[in-house]
Parts: sequence; structure tokens; C-alpha cells
Amino acid sequence: MDAALDPVPEHVAKTFRIELPLLLEAIYLKYHYDFREYAHASLKRRLTAAMIRFNCRTLSQLQERVLHEPAVFPQLLDFLTVQVSEMFRDPTYYRAVREHMVPILRTYPSLKIWVAGCSTGEEVYSMAILLREEGLLERSLIYATDINSQALQRAEAGVFDIDRMAGFTENHRRSGGRSSLSDYYTAAFGRAVIDKSLRKHIVFSDHSLATDSVFAEVQFVSCRNVLIYFNRELQDRALGLFVDALCRKGFLGLGSKESLRFSAHSDAFTDVSREERIFQLKDRP
Amino acid sequence: MTSLTADSLAHRIDAVVIGASAGGVEVLSVLLPALPATLRAPVFVVLHQPPDRRSVLTEIFRRKCVLPVHEAEDKEPVVPGTVYFAPPNYHLLIERGPSLALSVDDLVQFSRPSIDVLFQSAAEVYGRRLLGVVLTGWNEDGASGLLAVRQARGVTVVQDPDTAEAPVMPQAARLRCQPDLVLAPQAIAELLRSLAAPASDASPSPSALPS
Ligand SMILES: C[S@@+](CC[C@H](N)C(=O)[O-])C[C@H]1O[C@@H](n2cnc3c(N)ncnc32)[C@H](O)[C@@H]1O
Repeated sequence: MDAALDPVPEHVAKTFRIELPLLLEAIYLKYHYDFREYAHASLKRRLTAAMIRFNCRTLSQLQERVLHEPAVFPQLLDFLTVQVSEMFRDPTYYRAVREHMVPILRTYPSLKIWVAGCSTGEEVYSMAILLREEGLLERSLIYATDINSQALQRAEAGVFDIDRMAGFTENHRRSGGRSSLSDYYTAAFGRAVIDKSLRKHIVFSDHSLATDSVFAEVQFVSCRNVLIYFNRELQDRALGLFVDALCRKGFLGLGSKESLRFSAHSDAFTDVSREERIFQLKDRP
Repeated sequence: MTSLTADSLAHRIDAVVIGASAGGVEVLSVLLPALPATLRAPVFVVLHQPPDRRSVLTEIFRRKCVLPVHEAEDKEPVVPGTVYFAPPNYHLLIERGPSLALSVDDLVQFSRPSIDVLFQSAAEVYGRRLLGVVLTGWNEDGASGLLAVRQARGVTVVQDPDTAEAPVMPQAARLRCQPDLVLAPQAIAELLRSLAAPASDASPSPSALPS
């Protein structure tokens, strides 16, 4: 009979559950990246893929390589974090930002916005384009943060594969875009280069929601599809940072399947758009 | 392998995972309405759908089912006797607790949500107390997932490819993992119905069944 059909001995799974926190502790002590409170199920999948990539039979072997071969960790970081993004992903989110938030953002003489977990930049540039379309970009500063410095570098370069632009254009149109997305990039050699004038309003920086603290007061935090990778305790830490960073009645936007329902901070916010996961900080007495 | 009598399954199974693709709505319309109110096991469903559309599945099935039907939310604690659908464009995973987790990791088997991702994470949490069902579809998602269920000593069921609108997926799962049962939709519905404790025996006695 095919050996693959045999049951996996219980001790293999049990040992993995012992090795996982040890590896994460090792990474934390050595590199100060804190994955100890990330959601385990998807982390396990990605580490299993990393074991194959690094030719390791066990997580302990991977730990040995991470600790003793300096070249391994930067590559492993691409397994530990997930760089999947799109411009104007979930167009209805951006439509809701236009409808519900822009009229209020307009009342501020200057705007600060934090895109937390910005990955390779798709979300930040979408936000910058939206603000330009609404005539708000000139008074805005967008902080774009992530822990993956390679992703940040790519975000800063603002260059995307031209094949992706058709999908982004359709998203942009559905988000209620008033202009053509092609106004904001130039196509050359199979790549789309984002308009440099947008970048003047964006500050990219390395910042971890797991270990760093608040760095500015902002009117709007957009943190999409990052909290799903955290366990509940770490979600609460990150949301606590957002509560502290937001100005009075500031806005918080999450990914379309993320919620505050299971968080200790749910009482701090009211719904602006339930469907699009846009919340507003309650007025504190 | 345990002898799969209805009685043994009712005591053993703590959760059900179902994966379906092309033609899946029809088969699920046979299976899910058959789930009785006394079912304790939660039921997690991945049905491949277009990524960019708001899912209407929960509304469709809510009207047809006795059990509550939800679209899965991130970090939601699992409630017994509830049907959870993976949202379009997100993987659904089961965490210890148990609770639900979502991810936007890369597509697996060209799919997000992927059946393999759900089944592998559920096998990890529920082990031999899991029942996995692979239904109709045109791709091979679910084959590795069902194998993981089998390797964790769970119970594996595949829709009889002859009864499937799209036979590729159940065929792949059958070849890959030699499932315990290959059944027509009506028979799978019957099996799921039998997982519920009879109303008089709603609180389970510890399973005395050998593995
Ligand atoms: C799936 S991407 C989301 C990209 C974008 N926000 C979107 O929704 O399209 C998740 C991002 O979160 C980042 N991330 C993971 N852990 C983080 C942390 N502790 N602090 C800040 N960013 C983190 C990852 O590096 C990755 O770029």
C-alpha cells in the first residue's frame, strides 16, 4: 500500500507543536521580529513550505539554520509574512471611504493617514490616488509601514507588473474613481511606474504592530488583511496602538472580513460602514 | 479502520468539513438541509466561487437549513451545530480552541478559499474526530486535504464520481486517498443525518469505540 496513506504518527504533530514556539522564540531573541503571537494554522502552512525550501526535515533543523546562517532569516521572512495585495482591492471599501469619510476629512486643514501593513504599496498608492481625486492629497501625509523591508523597498519604488494593471483599473473604476488609473502611471518595458508626485506625500518606514509604539497622531488608520495573521492578544495590542494614534473621532478601516467583534477594543469604536468595516473612534469623555 | 456504523460515528465525529466546486450548490442543497437540529458537530464548507462577488451562499442556505448558517469571520469561536462557509477570496482555517481564522495567502490548487487548506488545518485540530467530504468539481483541490484527514485517522468520504456533475475532483480525491466511503449525494445526506444524537441522547456518552 502507498505509504502516504498511512496515518501520520501523533508524535510528529505533537513535536511540531513543541518546535514551533521554540523557533519563534529563537527568531525573536536573535532578530527581534516577534511572531510569537501570530495565528498558528496559517503560520504552520507557511513554515512547512519553508522547511521544503530550506531542505529541512524538521522545524528544529530550520531553527538551527536560522540561528547559524545569517542569509536564511531574510529569506524566511518572506514565508513568515504574506505579501499579497492589489490596488483598490475590495472596490466597495474605497467607495465607502469616499462616501462616508471624505466629507469629514475635508474639514481638516491638514491630514495624516496611516496605512499599517502596506506590503508592496498597492493599498498606499490606491489611497493616494483617491485623495488626489478628492482634492485632498496636497494637504495629506501618508505613513506607510510594514515589517518586511524588501516589501517596503518595492513599495517605495512604486513599480508594478503591467499585467496587473487591467485588474487594478477595473477595481479603481468600481471604487468610484473619477479619473482614469492610467493618469497615475507610465508604462515602460512591461512595467507600470507609479507617478512620482504621489510619492512626495508618502513616508515609508519599518514599523511592527507587534513590538513598536505609536509614532504620530492621525485621522485615519487603514490596516487591511494584517490582523487576520495575529492571534487575539496581538490583535488587541495592534488595535490599542490604533486607538492611541487616532485623533478624536478618527477613523479605522479594516479588511473586508476582519472585525472588532472579538476584540477588547470593540467598545471604543462605532460603525461607520458595517459592511465595509469602517469604524470611528467614539468621543472620549 | 473503525467499522463505520452510524452509531459509532455519532459518538466519534466532532466536526465535518465539506469541499465542493463546480456543481456544488446542487449537492450542498441535498446535504445541508438534511442536517438535523440536534447535530452537535460544526460543519465547515469551502465552495469555490468567483473572488470578487459578494457571497449569497449564506442567504441561500439559511433559508433551506434547520441549522444556523454563517459566513466565517476571523477569530470567531466555533459554535457547535453551526454551518460555516468560507468567504470568497479568503482561505478558511481552523485554529485550536477551536476558533476560525482567515488568510489571504496565495492560491492553493488555483483556489482561494482552498479545500486543502481547510481540511489540513481541521485535521490538525480534530484528528480522528473529523469527517471530511469531497464533492463535485473540475479541479484537484481537496485530494491532499482529504489525505490529511485520513492520515490524522479521520473519516473520509468522496462523492461517487458517477453522480457528480464534474467528476474530476472526486476522482482525484478517491485515487489520492482511498476514502472510507464513496457515496451518492443522498447517501452522504443520510450519513450526515446519522451524526446527530437522537433527541433523547443529546448529551454524548464517552466513546467506547476502538480505533
Ligand atoms: C496580506 S498583506 C496586506 C497588504 C495590504 N494591506 C492589503 O490589504 O492589500 C499583510 C502585510 O502585513 C505585514 N505585517 C505582518 N506582520 C506585521 C507587523 N507585526 N507589523 C506590521 N506589518 C506586518 C506583512 O509584511 C504584509 O506586508
